[in-house]
Amino acid sequence: MKYGLLPVLLLCFSSAAAEEFNSLRPQQSSVTFVSKQMGVPVAGSFNKFSADISVNPAKPETGSARISIDLNSMDAGSAEANDELGGRSWFDTRQHPVARFVSSRVTRLGDDRYEALGNMTIKGKTLPVKAPFTLKRVGDALVVDGAFAIKRLDYGIGTGIWADTSVVADDVKITFHFTVGKPRQ
Amino acid sequence: MDERYTRTAILLHWFIALLIFTAFPLGVYMHELPFSPDKLRLYSWHKWIGVSLFLLVIVRLTWRTTHRPPPLPDAMAAWEKFAAHAVHFSLYVLIIIIPLSGWLMSSAKGVQTVWLGVLPLPDLLSKNKELGDLLKEVHESLNFLMLGLIFAHAGAALKHHFIERDGILSRMLPMLRKKS
Repeated sequence: MKYGLLPVLLLCFSSAAAEEFNSLRPQQSSVTFVSKQMGVPVAGSFNKFSADISVNPAKPETGSARISIDLNSMDAGSAEANDELGGRSWFDTRQHPVARFVSSRVTRLGDDRYEALGNMTIKGKTLPVKAPFTLKRVGDALVVDGAFAIKRLDYGIGTGIWADTSVVADDVKITFHFTVGKPRQ
Repeated sequence: MDERYTRTAILLHWFIALLIFTAFPLGVYMHELPFSPDKLRLYSWHKWIGVSLFLLVIVRLTWRTTHRPPPLPDAMAAWEKFAAHAVHFSLYVLIIIIPLSGWLMSSAKGVQTVWLGVLPLPDLLSKNKELGDLLKEVHESLNFLMLGLIFAHAGAALKHHFIERDGILSRMLPMLRKKS
């Protein structure tokens, strides 16, 4: 019975919200990350990013996302780290100021859980990533919440002396929170 | 002077001393280093030693409540006894609050303390640059205060050993007793 209602609900939803949600609300969105240094989780954030996200709540599988992150806006938790991160062994932001994620496919995992497959480009290197996320209706907007891990060394982030993963772990967890509204009329 | 500290108290005393003499120069050295993996490693080790010191001094004080230290020799003047006790007391207080100030500083600077890279300590403070800088000053000042007291403490012990020759150092260093 519980699931019998779902198609009806989805129908109501689709007729009520035929149009796409594609207007990012930057004030209610964030992209943050956690790296581990000597076993200590250290939180950081990207303060400037743009996201072209388009979701039809009736058919999330047709959604798409193109996210560009300004790496010069990165806050890695300390002034010392921030000074270091623009350099060649880390992000080399002079050559590669922007990191990009471009979705290629969205699949449903169940209930309000989905997964975006796509390509992540950092420091000139493009690799496929899978980003599971949830989709929730909050007021007049859709909220996309998710997290995934990348391996920093796959992208050549933190080379030379910093390649030692016993100090800075290879895994970096990226967490995203996007609030997307309907375009203003 | 026949009485001496218990084996446990002696062991704790010297182990705590060893850790202080490791953590102190480490702290002075590490914060001058340029940002590097070595710096992060040394900071972590410094914090691990600090947490260990805190725990060890708690053990030491707990032990002390059930195993009273031997009394000071009667030959000592009242003010000398008072000074000795005051320095001991102050050192205990400092060995407790110095790690606490370091832990709080780390929290205020936005870096959680994870003992031995395994056991995370809670962050009592949230990230706050001004508070972090203030706690750094506090941590540093307390350490130099402790250094002064350690000089007084060790200096007095050496004075007792070499000038008064009252065997008081052998209470904490029994190997000296056999020779004399």
